[in-house]
Amino acid sequence: MKSLEELRAIREKMQKQIDIRENSADDIRVVVGMATCGIAAGARPVLTAFLEEVAKRELKNVTVTQTGCIGVCRLEPIAEVYVPGEEKVTYVKLTPEKVPRIVAEHLVNHNPVTEYTIGAAE
Amino acid sequence: MKELSLHLLDIAQNSIAAGARHVDLTVEERGELIQLTVADDGRGMSPAFLASVTDPFTTTRTTRKVGLGLPLLRLAAEQTGGELRVESQLGVGTTVTATFHADHIDCPPLGDTASTVALLAQGLPEGMELTYTRRTGRGEFRFDTAEIRAVLGPDVPLSEPEVAEWMRSYVAEGEGETA
Ligand SMILES: Nc1ncnc2c1ncn2[C@@H]1O[C@H](COP(=O)(O)OP(=O)(O)O)[C@@H](O)[C@H]1O
Ligand code: FES
Ligand SMILES: [Mg+2]
Repeated sequence: MKSLEELRAIREKMQKQIDIRENSADDIRVVVGMATCGIAAGARPVLTAFLEEVAKRELKNVTVTQTGCIGVCRLEPIAEVYVPGEEKVTYVKLTPEKVPRIVAEHLVNHNPVTEYTIGAAE
Repeated sequence: MKELSLHLLDIAQNSIAAGARHVDLTVEERGELIQLTVADDGRGMSPAFLASVTDPFTTTRTTRKVGLGLPLLRLAAEQTGGELRVESQLGVGTTVTATFHADHIDCPPLGDTASTVALLAQGLPEGMELTYTRRTGRGEFRFDTAEIRAVLGPDVPLSEPEVAEWMRSYVAEGEGETA
């Protein structure tokens, strides 16, 4: 059974990491579109998959956030990845299965997964 | 939407967009009825706007951008013989209540409510809180982000992926006991 004790343990672990964490200006941001069309197309499990992968790999410099309409309904679910100093990358028609590769290759190794991007889809 | 819990996620996003400080979600099962309620203290809607908000095809459409979420929820509820009620007052807040007949063949499953609740909590803006109540004939489960924040303290936000994961399992297990 999940307990508040476990949550306290998470807090303690995170608090230790806060001190060693680099400047948050260097943060990579993943933004998942959660408008009605995105949710209907399957954005919820995609967002869950990003959170799961980032938690599993303990990537401290990655924030996962949600936004509304990204503007291209037919390509939902969509996520945008912002790496400081690099061009924004828009991933389209995402599934939870595509997420681990994006996390490993793009968020960790800084090589965007071109075949999942909006450029490849259009 | 394939699950009622996806509507819940979508409708609660309206409360966040309306600048609410608090949103209260309730999922209640009473016999064959499933009732979803999303109540907020956001900016609310004027009576004229409210009159057209669940119908994308009324003439007042030109006064606003066409929304999809509420009309879809209304359609889904009515297809099962249920209904959608939206009460709202400018500057006070909005309450959306959808009733579904679970025994109707067109009624989608409730689905993964724990993911909906955890992801909403993960994405809450600064200064906003969420409560969730799951009620069945067998009991009640309550979840309150203010309590979670009290445990986490000021340095660890709800947006942390590990915290989001914990919230999802916590809600799933807690509400599982009311099933
Ligand atoms: N809880 C709420 N508080 C204030 N306004 C709301 C609320 N829910 C819906 N609205 C208004 O109704 C509109 C239509 O909502 P919806 O059907 O969900 O479509 P969308 O969110 O895509 O605009 C919103 O854009 C907003 O102006
Ligand atoms: S409404 Fe579909 S992407 Fe905005
Ligand atoms: Mg909406």
